[in-house]
Amino acid sequence: MSQSQLIQTDRFSLSEAERAAIEHELQHYEDSRAVSIEALKIVQQARGWVSDGAIAAIGELLGIPASDVEGVATFYSQIFRQPVGRHIIRVCDSMVCYIAGHESVLASIQQQLGISLGETTGDERFTLLPVCCLGNCDKAPTLMIDEQTFSDVQPDGVARLLETYL
Amino acid sequence: MSRSAMSPSSSKQISFGPANLIARPAETHPLTWRLRDDGAPVWLDEYQAKDGYRAARQALAQLSPDEIVQCVKDAGLKGRGGAGFPTGVKWGLMPKDESLNIRYLLCNADEMEPNTWKDRLLMEQLPHLLIEGMLISARALKAYRGYIFLRGEYVEAAANLNQAIKQAKQAGLLGKNILGSGFDFELLVHTGAGRYICGEETALINSLEGRRANPRAKPPFPAAVGVWGKPTCVNNVETLCNVPAIIGHGVDWYKSLARPGSEDMGSKLMGFSGKVKNPGLWELPFGVPARELFEDYAGGMRDGFTLKCWQPGGAGTGFLLPEHLNAAMYAGGIAKVGTRMGTGLAMAVDESVNMVSLLRNMEMFFARESCGFCTPCRDGLPWTVKLLRALENGKGQPGDIETLEQLCNHLGPGKTFCAHAPGAVEPLASAIKYFRAEFDSGIAALNTAEPPSSKTIGA
Repeated sequence: MSQSQLIQTDRFSLSEAERAAIEHELQHYEDSRAVSIEALKIVQQARGWVSDGAIAAIGELLGIPASDVEGVATFYSQIFRQPVGRHIIRVCDSMVCYIAGHESVLASIQQQLGISLGETTGDERFTLLPVCCLGNCDKAPTLMIDEQTFSDVQPDGVARLLETYL
Repeated sequence: MSRSAMSPSSSKQISFGPANLIARPAETHPLTWRLRDDGAPVWLDEYQAKDGYRAARQALAQLSPDEIVQCVKDAGLKGRGGAGFPTGVKWGLMPKDESLNIRYLLCNADEMEPNTWKDRLLMEQLPHLLIEGMLISARALKAYRGYIFLRGEYVEAAANLNQAIKQAKQAGLLGKNILGSGFDFELLVHTGAGRYICGEETALINSLEGRRANPRAKPPFPAAVGVWGKPTCVNNVETLCNVPAIIGHGVDWYKSLARPGSEDMGSKLMGFSGKVKNPGLWELPFGVPARELFEDYAGGMRDGFTLKCWQPGGAGTGFLLPEHLNAAMYAGGIAKVGTRMGTGLAMAVDESVNMVSLLRNMEMFFARESCGFCTPCRDGLPWTVKLLRALENGKGQPGDIETLEQLCNHLGPGKTFCAHAPGAVEPLASAIKYFRAEFDSGIAALNTAEPPSSKTIGA
């Protein structure tokens, strides 16, 4: 992310709802910096991803440097600094899911959507990501689509699973 | 148990499983006896009808903070997050200086290690047990506020914990002057945004403060300088869930739970995953033979699969051979066969799995999740992945295995900033030790057979 992009804030402002949600979080912590990750999640919830302008606006609201907000945003894997699809597929790639055949499930998803891990479909419907062990190891392979967890996923069941997400 | 393909989790908690289905009398199953047979969350009325918050009432009315600490110390409770540090000793590190009156209790609920799935069950189905455990522990530690640091993907656990906290507040079990004791305690759920390293206790503190989750140097320990510079104690979910029963039923009863010979006290959520007949999680006494866990509870291997090796407690523990199933499941029992008990959630590896491919999967995880702060971890782990990939594809060079062994040494305990890399190389070192031939066959110059393939996996 180049510096010139990061300071283009003139066309971005937090919505009233985003601002209110972030200010509400401030009550739960001893200082404003602690809210930075939650603030990024609030913006992402509303907009799907976190743009350069949002980084600067969050920094300003919390009174911390935009570079610190950017440092946090890029560290955490569930904060997206580029546009993502309407639905996020998170495939558990733990060793338990590996033994249960998650690579075949992943291959089936990749083939049907025509994307690799970390990519978004051309119609902006899905983004495909790996995720740390989802703690569902007695029902592997497992994956999440948005906030829903699916158990015992098989490669030939992927199509039926995906078609319900528009 | 039905294994219905791809059922969404809406009807039942995703954590529903064998732990709900075995006989679990209150006398021997302090963690799980209150679970419902249908896996639905146990809310306040039912929790209180099942003796819930009795220990908290007792602690607040009858025990001084020091007496609670002593009780937990005497009970021999050890941390259930994998490291097994004595909880009472950790609590005893909090400063004696009463003027340091801003103190925090953090619950480490950042459950992300591959094959670790016990805290999810407790939080989804027994949220009040964790709240009661934190209330008593906060009293002992004189903490005025607690945070449950929960991984973001555990959406049902977050919803259930928040609902339970709301109920507890309304019932006067959290907030100001709890049960008329004069003790105030506020409890908040903080959800993370990914990254396994947040489970390292000082990285967790940095993350809670809104920083990158790099571990901190120790000393100073969190008990002296923790979140926002204040005395802080970080305990795992399951650890805290043990506290009510210790206070409620006493040290002698607690010490009677483990099997004879076990040096660890109490019960433990143990599990078995992989291609076993009945993968699951059960509350069992410390000291139970691994074989009993594997055969009687997990039902042994599924038809057509043979046990090749197993891991006793999470990705960061070493692999063991089938003959090691005679070991007893407690820290010292597993140490005798050369590794650590970790979280006690075991994984079976069957003969169809190639160890080089399995380790490639595991080291990809550890490399991805390195925080990148210290050089051995940041550069060493991707190197192991590169070497393992080459071996997996039959393109290894002579000396590659020796390089892997060297990396296991250079990334071992005491050589990196935190325990991430030592945990990453422990399974690798043990895999090379027990299955060297599989690594050898990936070396191009020596390679006469087909390269090892992972294509057979997934049957």
